[in-house]
Amino acid sequence: MTREVTAITVRPVRRLAGGTAAGLGTAVLYLSLIVLIPLAAVVWRSADEGPGYFWRSVTTPDAWAALTLTVGASALVALVNLVMGTVIAWVLVRDRFPGRAVLDTIIDLPFALPTIVAGLVLLALYGPQSPLGVNLAYSRAGVVLALLFVTLPFVVRTVQPVLLELDTEMEQAAASLGASPFQTFRRVILPNLIPAMLSGTALAFTRAIAEFGSTVLISGNLPFKTQVAAVNIFSQIEGDNTTGAAAISTVLLVVALVALITLDVLQRWGSRRG
Amino acid sequence: MAKHVLRVVAVVYVLFLLVLPVALIVWRTFGDGLAPFAEALTSPSALHAFTVTLTVAGWAVLANTVFGVGAALLLVRHEFPGKRLLGAFIDLPMAVSPVVVGLALILVYGRFSPLGGLLESWGIQVIFSTPGMVLATVFVSLPLVVRAVVPVLEELGDEQEQAAHTLGASRLQSFVRITLPGIRWALGYGVVLCLARSLGEYGAVAVVSGRLVDQTQTLTLFVEERFQNFDQPAAFAAATALALIAVVTLLFTKLLRPKDRSDGN
Repeated sequence: MTREVTAITVRPVRRLAGGTAAGLGTAVLYLSLIVLIPLAAVVWRSADEGPGYFWRSVTTPDAWAALTLTVGASALVALVNLVMGTVIAWVLVRDRFPGRAVLDTIIDLPFALPTIVAGLVLLALYGPQSPLGVNLAYSRAGVVLALLFVTLPFVVRTVQPVLLELDTEMEQAAASLGASPFQTFRRVILPNLIPAMLSGTALAFTRAIAEFGSTVLISGNLPFKTQVAAVNIFSQIEGDNTTGAAAISTVLLVVALVALITLDVLQRWGSRRG
Repeated sequence: MAKHVLRVVAVVYVLFLLVLPVALIVWRTFGDGLAPFAEALTSPSALHAFTVTLTVAGWAVLANTVFGVGAALLLVRHEFPGKRLLGAFIDLPMAVSPVVVGLALILVYGRFSPLGGLLESWGIQVIFSTPGMVLATVFVSLPLVVRAVVPVLEELGDEQEQAAHTLGASRLQSFVRITLPGIRWALGYGVVLCLARSLGEYGAVAVVSGRLVDQTQTLTLFVEERFQNFDQPAAFAAATALALIAVVTLLFTKLLRPKDRSDGN
């Protein structure tokens, strides 16, 4: 017992010793060379020709169409994930049926599968040669489908642990006091799940606006119709317009940053409640 | 009743979104037996793509493993100002689009940038070559090892390391004998995730590699290029190979995941 207490209380706070300084220096140098300086260069380049040029690059018809499609499709995908992710997490935790363990394992497949393969497999089932007779190739529905595929695990994996921890006694109490299953869900379960549901949704949204590989094949990259922002950036780089590409990239970075800050706020809110 | 409805909805959703598409590709690939699959994957271009992929992923995993363990030790065992900021910077790559990663690296290491020009005058070509592809892969997989190791290091505490110090162990000895065995499962989990991400990276590599067939073409780029050139058998075969790697990764992570191990779940 005493040993456990010391293990918690004695957290040695070392001064910035030689080892720390050297390690910190190396880590910061590594991060700077690979992540920070290159990202700063993108923002820097986007402002290269002044705010007027930045604005014009972002609002060219094809860039603007790509940005609105990306944000709109990502919002829709986040919403579907909010509902379906919670349903799947619920089934995985509260339901018992043969094959549940398999379902639990394959939920993570989109994280492990290369995005280009994700696009290819979707095109095989929902493309021109679809055995189901459903052809979503070169359509916005195809883009949404690809984004749903790659974002599937986020809400499931944030809600699942919270559901596992949730005490069923409260629900039983509510039921014994005459609450209907729906009332129990709305008044007892849902308030506990909401922070996790929203965190997962925010993660899915950030992933969706950044997505490239899975949309390349199924969308056909038609400007004004199915071209998402990442693909628009790609074609601008290929066309040697790096300043325009940098401007759209900066917008994407800012949207992701806003989503992540929202996520951080949600998590604090959740931990204060929990 | 409601229970069954939810079950059916969840299973049908995952079936149509995930299981059937992947199964269809595997079925199409092996529909005519193993021979066409083997043939498609042993063409010179495919073999070259395999080699490029393994080289790039190997270096990236090595770099991120060393960095990951070092950064995790730094974040857990040391105190310094700006610690939260460092943690946030390490997580940053997860929120960046792969295409933006590629653009960012081109702007800094491309031929027409000061640093890229300097490196080129020393005979080092970064963009459109292996170093750039390694950098891109390191970028996208950077947080995976750190985030796998940090919680285990926190849980482990440093009592044993301190005991080793008082008994006269050097820093290296206590790392190899105490810390490393303590984090080995988490490290394995992080390395497997990092490897899978590295083998499967497409967008960032597509930008920095210049997509030169038989030169800088990785397996994922091979899938796309073959598909666009109406060589479906080769595209499907390579995609199936990558999907099999993903499934193996999934089973490995299932075995290694620290949470599941301690639960005995």
